[in-house]
Amino acid sequence: MTTLDTGTKAPAKKRALSFEWLGVAPFIVFAIMFLILPTLYLVGAAFVDEKGGFTLANFAGLGTPQIVAAYWISIRISGASAILGALIGLAIALALIRGKLPLGLRAAVMTFSGVASNFAGVPLAFAFISTLGRLGLATVILKFVFGIDIYKAGFNLLSFWGLTITYLYFQIPLMILIIAPAIDGLKKEWSEAASTLGATPWQFWRYVGLPILWPSFLGTLSLLFANAFGAIATAYALTGSSLNIVPILLYAQIRGDALQNPGLGAALAVGMILITGFANVVYLVISARAERWLK
Amino acid sequence: MAPFLRVENLVKSFGTTTVVKGVNFAFNKGEFVSLLGPSGCGKTTILRMIAGFENPTSGSITVDGQDITNLKPNQRQLGMVFQAYALFPNLNVGDNIAFGLKIAGMPADQRRARVEEMLKLIGLPGFEKRYPYEMSGGQQQRVALARAIAPRPRMLLLDEPLSALDAKIRVSLREEIRAIQLDLGITTIFVTHDQEEALSISDRVVVMNAGNIDQLGAPHEIYNKPATRFVATFVGHLNTIEATVVSASKHQVNIDGQIVTLPSLPDGAVTNAPISLTLRPEVLSVGERAGSDITLTGTVSDVTFLGSVIRLRVALGKNIISLDTFNDQRTAPPARGDAITVSLASKDLLILEN
Amino acid sequence: MKQSRFWAWLVFGVGAAYFLVPLIATFEFSLRMRRGYYSFDSYASVFSDPKFQQTFTYSAVIGLLSIIVGILIVVPAVYFVRLRMAWLRPYVEFLTLLPLIIPAIILVYGYIRLYNSSSIIPFTGSAVGTDILLTFAYVTLALPYMYRAVDTGMRTIDVQTLTEAAQIAGANTPQIIARIILPNILVAVLSGAFLTFAIVIGEFTIASLLNRPAFGPYLQNIGANRAYEPAALAIISFIITWGAMSMINLLSRFAPRTSARTD
Repeated sequence: MTTLDTGTKAPAKKRALSFEWLGVAPFIVFAIMFLILPTLYLVGAAFVDEKGGFTLANFAGLGTPQIVAAYWISIRISGASAILGALIGLAIALALIRGKLPLGLRAAVMTFSGVASNFAGVPLAFAFISTLGRLGLATVILKFVFGIDIYKAGFNLLSFWGLTITYLYFQIPLMILIIAPAIDGLKKEWSEAASTLGATPWQFWRYVGLPILWPSFLGTLSLLFANAFGAIATAYALTGSSLNIVPILLYAQIRGDALQNPGLGAALAVGMILITGFANVVYLVISARAERWLK
Repeated sequence: MAPFLRVENLVKSFGTTTVVKGVNFAFNKGEFVSLLGPSGCGKTTILRMIAGFENPTSGSITVDGQDITNLKPNQRQLGMVFQAYALFPNLNVGDNIAFGLKIAGMPADQRRARVEEMLKLIGLPGFEKRYPYEMSGGQQQRVALARAIAPRPRMLLLDEPLSALDAKIRVSLREEIRAIQLDLGITTIFVTHDQEEALSISDRVVVMNAGNIDQLGAPHEIYNKPATRFVATFVGHLNTIEATVVSASKHQVNIDGQIVTLPSLPDGAVTNAPISLTLRPEVLSVGERAGSDITLTGTVSDVTFLGSVIRLRVALGKNIISLDTFNDQRTAPPARGDAITVSLASKDLLILEN
Repeated sequence: MKQSRFWAWLVFGVGAAYFLVPLIATFEFSLRMRRGYYSFDSYASVFSDPKFQQTFTYSAVIGLLSIIVGILIVVPAVYFVRLRMAWLRPYVEFLTLLPLIIPAIILVYGYIRLYNSSSIIPFTGSAVGTDILLTFAYVTLALPYMYRAVDTGMRTIDVQTLTEAAQIAGANTPQIIARIILPNILVAVLSGAFLTFAIVIGEFTIASLLNRPAFGPYLQNIGANRAYEPAALAIISFIITWGAMSMINLLSRFAPRTSARTD
């Protein structure tokens, strides 16, 4: 090969190379301008005080009770909706794929999951207000048909559980979409091999099936967590600014400098990036491990 | 002695198609039996019914005097090896082999000893801690074999265990499987579509065709005395010569203008009717040979050099037949276009029912 | 065996109830505008609202622009990375995953502070500039999905062989991309496009913080001020999302499967 690379060929090669860069350049410039720089700018701003000097005070400021409470409720809602969404999504996906349900049903659920996982934001909030709001259909039916007044029992759509139930509407479908290929990856021969070796179906799941799914499950769990943690539109439309979660706090800060400190706002954002970034690193590490298994 | 495995009137239908059409066979303890046939012949379905993965539409399966037809797979105490290894990817080799033992409740120290014993048996000592994805296909399949026999099953079921492997490993592993099987004396059923595999390692071979058993017998019986045309064509190479009966009473036939007298004709052969003669390539010799009573002349149409053997294609006229001759280092093989005389013993002709 | 099917149906039934009840409830609520009996008044009210028409058109146009910009950025990058710059691949994949790691609200916060009216590139200094910034923001938001769709499309057609075949036939690189690659990954690109549209059309956070008259902020505003129209809008949004997803499903049936490669 190398001996054929004579001088006459060299310019052609160079031109081809620059052409490749020309093709990739827009993507890279775009990523730098709209992903890297804005993020780095915020990270930088988090270390700058109001006079332009270096400071760690902004991160210390994250320790104020209001902000700690916001992080805490955000983590709880994201965690609850991720764990419940992952468990329920796994159960539904298992029922669909391994439960011998009609084949057409699976296609329908997959399509619906595609829709529902993208049906987040303001309209989703409207749907749940119509369902579980004070005048929502489910609330009214439970009250007048079954005699259960969920609001008297302490339920509130604009609360931790209300938001969690609402988030599940896009968390469960997302879990189904991501975990279904992993369940498909469970070979029929594995359960057959286990059964010829004397294992009951439960023993197969206990020792083989669920352990194989475990990395995918954990990985998707962290993805769901990050997904809920950054979401704001649903919560904002549902509760206005009454619920003190981090994205809503940040929204208020961007709108009108609610914290009266731009540096603190940047630190708030960096905190969010750290948390969602950590969840996603967990996802990447675990899913790489799962892929190695399923080769 | 009562047979160890008995299958009676086994039928399996999926919807309106019947893939196993009333199969009967019985095997003795310690036999190595192959179910041989093309894909879709029902051999795998029979194995899966024996394993318990499919419920027979009708019929019964008895192992060691126990009717297992309606038992769940995990109650049958059979070992199985799958085509695609099917090792549990989340468990290392040691845990894979110990899986059945653990389910059976064997204490940990005994399990460890048995795993070690098994690894020695399959020639992979010290592989306990490896994971399946770190091993070659041949190694994985050997571990799968060890996993299947570790709990001392009553019978070993092998579902095309060599199909996914390279040609070289396929041969060495099949010899290894046979050696282990003889060593343990375990009754084994081996499903394959590869006739060479089936003939080389089995005590007996069941040749299946479209849901029925065409022939059941020892490998040499299957090859030398095929019961049907299907068996003859599926197992080994077969020449078919289209001829015309010249005289039914004198057993004379016309092969591309050459009149040949045969010792007998199939029942129902009539004068002037067409007739098919079948023969193995290796019964034909180049030139005349002692014991041959039929001589034909033709032209060499193709020469395939296979090393120790040379396969010739000879055009007799419309009919083209294959024959094998040993490679003689001192003489050059025949060339394309050479005129050639071939001979055979008429007793080597196969009279087959269609 | 029967037992497992029972559990499967039970799980499926409970799940189906959770997902269908809100849709039914919302639809029922949307019909209750007139007292005493069901009517489509809320829908009529929504459709006749000029604000609805304006904001929806605005979001649709921005969505379309985002799709075009997204294709122009992603397709050549994926093509060259697949073809000759395999070493760049992990970096490009990491970049496309970033929008999943960094929440939209953070990105827009960064944009507002970085590209304000007194910066070198004052996107937010004018309405048109902000529209452009919004478009780029949506391209960013849809980047993971667009990239994956195009990458999957290119994987199934074996770009390398197609390119070499076209080069032997005398085509140059722009011709190869425009005439060979793009038509073959059209289905994948369109899938990415519909997904982009579904994400962008009702997007609230970025549009609201950039103060653009988009559909998302309009929805939020109606939600805060009206009773029955929000339910109607939720149903309409659901149908739009459903439509975009159905188009992707429909398109996947036409996906080319010319390659012998199975990876």
